[in-house]
Amino acid sequence: MINLVYNEMLKIVRKKRLFIISAIIAVLVGLFTYAQYKHVQDVQKRLGTTDWRTQLQQQIIDTQNRLNSSGISEEWRKFLKIRLQQQQYYLDHNINPSAPGAPTFMRMFVENSIELFLPLMVMVVVADLVSSEASGGTMKLLLTRPVKRWKILLSKYIAMGVSISFIMLALVVLSYAISGAVFGYGGWNLPLLTGFTVQGEELNTANVHLIPQWKYLLIELGLASFVAIVVGTLTFMLSVIMRSTAAVMGIMLAALISGAILSNMVSSWESAKYLFMVNLRLTDYISGAAPPIAGMTLGFSIGVLAVWGLVALIVSFFVFITRDVY
Amino acid sequence: MTDTLVVQNLRKTIGKKEIIKGLSFSLREGEVFGFLGPNGAGKTTTIRMLVGLIKPTSGRVSICGYDLQRQFADAIRHVGCIVENPELYPYLSGWENLEHFARMLPSFSKERLQEVVHLVGLQHRIHDRVRTYSLGMRQRLGIAQALLGQPKVLILDEPTNGLDPVGIREMREFIRLLAEKEKLSVLVSSHLLSEIQLMCDRVAIMAKGEIIRIDDVETLLKEQARVYWKVDSLERAKNILANETTVLETDGMLVTGYEASQLAVWNEKLVQAGIRVSEIQPKLPTLEDLFIELTGGETID
Repeated sequence: MINLVYNEMLKIVRKKRLFIISAIIAVLVGLFTYAQYKHVQDVQKRLGTTDWRTQLQQQIIDTQNRLNSSGISEEWRKFLKIRLQQQQYYLDHNINPSAPGAPTFMRMFVENSIELFLPLMVMVVVADLVSSEASGGTMKLLLTRPVKRWKILLSKYIAMGVSISFIMLALVVLSYAISGAVFGYGGWNLPLLTGFTVQGEELNTANVHLIPQWKYLLIELGLASFVAIVVGTLTFMLSVIMRSTAAVMGIMLAALISGAILSNMVSSWESAKYLFMVNLRLTDYISGAAPPIAGMTLGFSIGVLAVWGLVALIVSFFVFITRDVY
Repeated sequence: MTDTLVVQNLRKTIGKKEIIKGLSFSLREGEVFGFLGPNGAGKTTTIRMLVGLIKPTSGRVSICGYDLQRQFADAIRHVGCIVENPELYPYLSGWENLEHFARMLPSFSKERLQEVVHLVGLQHRIHDRVRTYSLGMRQRLGIAQALLGQPKVLILDEPTNGLDPVGIREMREFIRLLAEKEKLSVLVSSHLLSEIQLMCDRVAIMAKGEIIRIDDVETLLKEQARVYWKVDSLERAKNILANETTVLETDGMLVTGYEASQLAVWNEKLVQAGIRVSEIQPKLPTLEDLFIELTGGETID
């Protein structure tokens, strides 16, 4: 089995796929770092002062005043207290909230790439994993070895897992290294708010609490990896079914893009929540953004994605084992 | 001689159409077995069933005693094959391709790799990318990968396809060598009749998914041998010969069957009738003639 996985990794590496992906990530991170840098400069110019401490102190005083005023709900009071804690931390530790360090940049990058960019990178590797063997004719050689078909497919699936790990690692390392050069490498312990839940129309802040940024990042990276594996499995299934890599790419792209569009307009079409592509923004549940359709929760989305992934995996193996190769 | 590959009543139905209609044959150790038929006769489908790429609807394939369906790994271990074109990974070198396929075997050694590379004579270019190979070199690399696992049965689909005359000749000699020296059973498919005639011991003639006939190439040819007569008076000669045997007329010559004991008698009769005989030419038929005869005039290509 190790030999088979080695073979598959050799093919992926020699096709220079992982290199291309690293290059794309590096370029994009560079672009976003510059954009962020410009944005920070802009904010500072608009505030008229480069001293963000006075700004933050003013905000803290505002929050304190609101806390002291009567007639606010107990829940809201609690939330404000946590906000106050966060702002105080920024001040005490000399952190400029509008000019964050590399970990913060990385977190934003992960949050923004989970829906489209990360799946796209996964597709670059996975789309032709099986279909290229079929269209290149090497499938015939592969399947006439003294190895059972399921083992061959499993080795490809494991190679996909290894590649996704590599992509995640490249994402982390490159975004940290490149953005850190501009924003500095600190900020791992920055406290962040999480625990928001949406109930009906309202944002429930009852469970909101602070966690350090590194924990927050770990959670987000875990969720992003899960999304990457599910999208990878779906692409894998299409790659098994179809001989044409272009068709695999086309279908997956259409699905992902339609997901991004649907998320913005399906709030009244409730059953759309069972589609995998509107469930990709798992990190939104952590940061507290409203889900596209009422009633969607982190658990629900993970469940939907897991079912899609599992079905795709079963279909892939069934088709691959029973199919006649012409 | 022992049978290495045995096929019993092999059938394949796609939809309602029966593509392969109950094939049975076996390969002996050390022989080259030809699979002859026009395009679309079902040669490639049959070969794909023999190597497990297509599941037969019914029937049985056994290789060195192992059932291909139930003991796939054990059975296929004894088979080396090239199905259609030798398609390898173009972005890897020849050596890496061989290593890739060797890693899929239960065990392999660097020495065996060297050995097959030398056997097919690729040692000078083996570390170049396959992308840069000519078709002939790819064909050789294809054979090298087929021989990696020291198979008992070698299955080659159209092995001389796209090769130049020198390449074709080399391939032919190589295949004969493998059968005679290494005692491999080689199954070769072709739609080129001259090919089969030159390199096979036995041949199966296929058309429309059926085997029309299996026999030694020698026997088949001898049976269908012809004698060509060149005479000065066609009409009269034809009448005389027609009394003895069946006569055909082609290109100003008369054609009769080959009957060694009768030739002198027939000639004598012609001469006695005052007909001048300038040529008596026995000819072995090409398999092409044979094919047309067996299939009732169906064209080859």
